[in-house]
Amino acid sequence: MNAVKFLFAAYIATWVIHLFYIGTLLRRFSRLKQQLRDLGRDPSHSS
Amino acid sequence: MKRLFPILSVLTAAFLAYALYRALVIAPTDALQGDVYRIIYYHVPSAWTAFLLFLINFVGSIIYLIRRSQKADILALVSAEVGVVFCTIVLVTGPIWARPVWGIWWAPGDIRLTSTLVLWLIYVSYLVLRRFSTSAQTQMLAAALAVFGALDVPLVYFSIWFFRTQHPQPVIGGGGSMDPRMLHTLLINWLAFLCFAFLICWSRYRLEVLHREIDEAHAMESLSGDRDSNKASMPLTRSGK
Repeated sequence: MNAVKFLFAAYIATWVIHLFYIGTLLRRFSRLKQQLRDLGRDPSHSS
Repeated sequence: MKRLFPILSVLTAAFLAYALYRALVIAPTDALQGDVYRIIYYHVPSAWTAFLLFLINFVGSIIYLIRRSQKADILALVSAEVGVVFCTIVLVTGPIWARPVWGIWWAPGDIRLTSTLVLWLIYVSYLVLRRFSTSAQTQMLAAALAVFGALDVPLVYFSIWFFRTQHPQPVIGGGGSMDPRMLHTLLINWLAFLCFAFLICWSRYRLEVLHREIDEAHAMESLSGDRDSNKASMPLTRSGK
């Protein structure tokens, strides 16, 4: 039973790392879109 | 293209959920380790995905060094960054698995563990170099570092064949046998993580392209600003003469 805790810890750690990285990507995207707006461009037309 | 990404994201999420279901429910329990062995379904696919991404980084770096292709440079950067994320997962899930099975979190001096840590450090150094260096040679230096860093990948992979190590032999091609249901589950999980890595790399690629476009726009803006100020100062200079 105790070993199962390690299994869940490993699975949870994996998704925490992935979600943290996705979060940083989303933050960088929104910052860049803001910079695009400041430059007077439409973010929806950018690649 | 804009519609394709959400569709692929939903499909990948469903595939990952199915892979998780197979890992926790369908795959049989290991006779020796019990349920804790199921960490293999996240640990090994993450390692294979990291190796593949570092290989892409190596190819991208070589192409950049030969042709100075910006697309190859972005591909190299993206694959290194996502590869580091997967390698971090390997380094985190490995000790969590080792503790109940070996009785220790880390085997100091073990070649597999140490070379994986070194691999992670090499690619973190690569990312730090790219992030903080302001030299005009940064892309070339990073590509050269990536080419040498890639030499550690075969060392990590083959270390368990050539050296005595605490780490078990490879799951495929290591001479042992595996229950077909376990093997299928492992391959399905790897495929699901590959799809996930592809989507993440795609997003990161778009992010990098956007970042470079903005940098270019800022550079153009400051250039045109310089020209305007030069124009404004020209008559003064002439009248001064």
